[in-house]
Amino acid sequence: MKTKFLISTAVLSAFAAGAAWAEVESLDPIKLTTHDWTGQIVTTKIMGEVLKQAGYNVDYVQADYIAQFAGLKTGDLHVAMEIWETTGREAMDEATGTGNVVNLGPTGMQAIEEWWYPAYMEEVCPGLPDWQALNDCAQEFSTPETAPLGRYLGGPVTWGGFDEERVESLGLDFEVVHAGTDAALFAELESAYQRKAPIVLWIYSPHWSTSKYEGSFVEFPPYTAECYDDPSWGINPDMAYDCGKPTGPIWKVAWAGVADKWPGAAEAIKAFTISNAEMGAMVGKVDLDGQSIDDVVAEWMDANKDTWSAWIK
Amino acid sequence: MKPAWFGGLFRGSRPFWLGLFAITWALSTWSFQLYKALDARWIIRFPASLTVPVDQWISAFMAWLVEDATFGLFTFRDLTRFVSAVIEAPYDLVRALLIDGFALGQGQQAVEVAPSLSWIAVIAIIAALAWYAKNRALAMLAAVCFAYLAVFGQWASAMVTLASVLIAVPIGVAGGLALGIVSYRHPWFERMLRPLLDLMQTVPVFAYLVPILFLFGFGPVSALVATVIYAMPPMVRVSTVALHSVPEDVIEAGRMMGCKRRQLLWKVLVPTAMPSLMVGVNQVIMLSLNMVIIASMIGAGGLGYDVLTALRRLDIGGGIEAGLAIVVMAIALDRVSQAFAVRKVRARPDPALPFHQRHPLFASVAALTAATTALGVFIPGFRLYPEQLTITTGPFWTETMEWINVNFFDTLEAIKTALLTWLLLPVKRFFTGIPWAWGIIAIALAAGRTGGWKLALMAALMTLFIAANGLWAKAMITVYLITVSVLIASAIGIPLGIWAGQNARANTVIGAMIDTLQTLPSFVYLIPVVMLFRVGDFSAMIAVVLYALAPAVRYAAHGIRSIEPEVIEAGRVSGCTERQLLMRIKLPLAAPSLLLGLNQTIMLAISMLVITALVGTRDLGQEVYIALTKANTGQGIVAGLSVAFIAIISDRILTALARASQQRLGVGQ
Repeated sequence: MKTKFLISTAVLSAFAAGAAWAEVESLDPIKLTTHDWTGQIVTTKIMGEVLKQAGYNVDYVQADYIAQFAGLKTGDLHVAMEIWETTGREAMDEATGTGNVVNLGPTGMQAIEEWWYPAYMEEVCPGLPDWQALNDCAQEFSTPETAPLGRYLGGPVTWGGFDEERVESLGLDFEVVHAGTDAALFAELESAYQRKAPIVLWIYSPHWSTSKYEGSFVEFPPYTAECYDDPSWGINPDMAYDCGKPTGPIWKVAWAGVADKWPGAAEAIKAFTISNAEMGAMVGKVDLDGQSIDDVVAEWMDANKDTWSAWIK
Repeated sequence: MKPAWFGGLFRGSRPFWLGLFAITWALSTWSFQLYKALDARWIIRFPASLTVPVDQWISAFMAWLVEDATFGLFTFRDLTRFVSAVIEAPYDLVRALLIDGFALGQGQQAVEVAPSLSWIAVIAIIAALAWYAKNRALAMLAAVCFAYLAVFGQWASAMVTLASVLIAVPIGVAGGLALGIVSYRHPWFERMLRPLLDLMQTVPVFAYLVPILFLFGFGPVSALVATVIYAMPPMVRVSTVALHSVPEDVIEAGRMMGCKRRQLLWKVLVPTAMPSLMVGVNQVIMLSLNMVIIASMIGAGGLGYDVLTALRRLDIGGGIEAGLAIVVMAIALDRVSQAFAVRKVRARPDPALPFHQRHPLFASVAALTAATTALGVFIPGFRLYPEQLTITTGPFWTETMEWINVNFFDTLEAIKTALLTWLLLPVKRFFTGIPWAWGIIAIALAAGRTGGWKLALMAALMTLFIAANGLWAKAMITVYLITVSVLIASAIGIPLGIWAGQNARANTVIGAMIDTLQTLPSFVYLIPVVMLFRVGDFSAMIAVVLYALAPAVRYAAHGIRSIEPEVIEAGRVSGCTERQLLMRIKLPLAAPSLLLGLNQTIMLAISMLVITALVGTRDLGQEVYIALTKANTGQGIVAGLSVAFIAIISDRILTALARASQQRLGVGQ
């Protein structure tokens, strides 16, 4: 975003108060990418505000989650604050492989992605959250288009996730239907939740939905690397993917040039950590209570001065 | 299925069309058995060994263009980045003027040196423009539209969107006019340009977003470039036609006055063609606003971004308010630019008078702008509309949606199941069953019958391109979704149009409804539709129908209205009942217009189909969207071209049919 009136007056008053700027290596703006989900914007803006406190100039650039790697490789873009192990690993590995992009370590948040159902389904299907109960109640989850199979609403095709394979290898009587975007995904959940209608779908965390709706993740056999690679592993001796989805860290990545041009900023970005709970609370304030992202970030900055000032030492 | 009057179009060739359909139907139904019986899998699947890796070639070409292509002194990328910088400078200026304010220095060190315009001033300016273009009523309308933006808290985003429109439109208009002039002077250039324009209008924008991002960088400039590509073609076409239709005697008069070539162009041709050219300008404005949502996906920000983020957190009210903000902005800009198109030249004021008396409107607006903007420096309420005074209808929409969902879901589900069983699934089975080889032959036969062997050859090659890229199955799902949507849109739209064509009051109401549906970003209703009908083809179909309804209605109304009254009178005199009048006289005479409407309905349905990938279809639109999210240039362009080819084939065949029926009826367009 461009300089806003309020920010520049704040700067003026900061000068007036005689606050000295820390020496920074370059005043060129560091470009942080923002995507289209609230949590990522909150993470990015916290990082951005902290860097501003250290005296750096910061630009927020809206970019697509995967397409941004093209910009990170060339130095058009500088920092991406949330690359999820679960959805971004492939693109991240490809980019770091070129040597132009570096991984600046985990954000401290753990990505969880799994089949999820609302709490009221436990009355209809008492065996949940165990995955084996899904087959007993496949009828409950079916719709005219999928009957007699149950309907599982998966994420957009681009998220991957191997749900077709999982259904096959675990012998689930379910059909995988892909939502085109996550807006469509949660629109269906909202609709079903209002009517207390049966639904099982792909939910990820940290996200506002787990605080808005009561429910739980289905418990599949826990993920291991062998489960995905080795067909003989697990319940089904002939097929891979007979387990749940992996959980994993959310990574920070940057253009390799950041460490040369703004070494101090690179250190600060490496030091950044935040927990799932903190993030969940902030996302809830924005998406459920309607607060603005900037207010929520400012609130966090006020309350956690000790935390972030340690990052920019 | 087809009404009797429609059969007239195919008079004399009915056995041909029936035969073609019967063979296609039989092959589609038994293609699987045929493959089993002959053990020839190639019947249902294009042989993988013959697929052409066009997508990889394009990706490789793109990589070369971005990384290695060079003109010696500078690289291709330097060139595109230079273009970016040239576009970005005025864009930043307009943004600073409208909303950001002017600052010196960088980032936190920046010091604001001049404020942005007051919201009151912006409203006054648009109202004054409207007044200048037409009258006080239009000024009121424009002011109310822009006031909506302030009162509903959309001001900051709306100004960002307005800034990109203010940059994209002049570029689109100037570029379109320039290409139009060259086309006017050199017919060979026009012949070369025409297929390119067809592609610009039919290749889905998603398909070329990735290469644009690579070449022009991340940020608003890429969004502007994409907007210009999408919005410019009508300007090129309109200017070519407008220049050609300048009467010969006007040009002759210009020559006799001793005009040079350049003078003839700028002093005679362009001014004479101005009213028509303004129609093109209007089109560019409207198409730029259509792009707002897609542009916001790659960093344009503004109202489109607000719609997207509101719907991502299922804030339906927020999405509707931001969406309506786009609609009111479109209405204001549309009406004002149309008024400019027909503005009458007025007498020049007496030069002896002082400036402010000669130009009272300009002077008072300038004074108001200066005063309110200066006040804005001290009183924030003058700069931005005070936040405490904004209102929102958000909770109302959310509650209404919940009420409909809880009370009517079962009814809607029943309707949906019936339509799925009796219409969607049979059509889907029909199209997806067609073996690719017969598909190519059938298309070629249909095209040859209507438009001659050249069209047949072109259609066959285009269809072969789709099959050879391994996209046959996805293309058939696309065709099925379009067919069903167009059938339903016509079934609703044509009767509405006929009604509007015969009844002035109905026309007003229906017209307003259609305008809103076309400018309201489809994403706004896509999410509520998903809540009621779940993810899948049905939701996609509803969204397509809502969007593609407009031309079916408009062309039907136009067709009915343009029948000469004497013909209808003659019918009355010979004792026709109202019903006979409609079925025997009005509809047959309106048939060419209905066909053109059908053509436009298909074009809009195709352009919308890509958006419906967002609710999870499995067609070419999804392929384009996947390519976008994976940043795969080749895949995106190949799928995008396939969509464009489907559009072009159907357009050519229908245009040929319409032309034939016009000739038979002896009516003009």
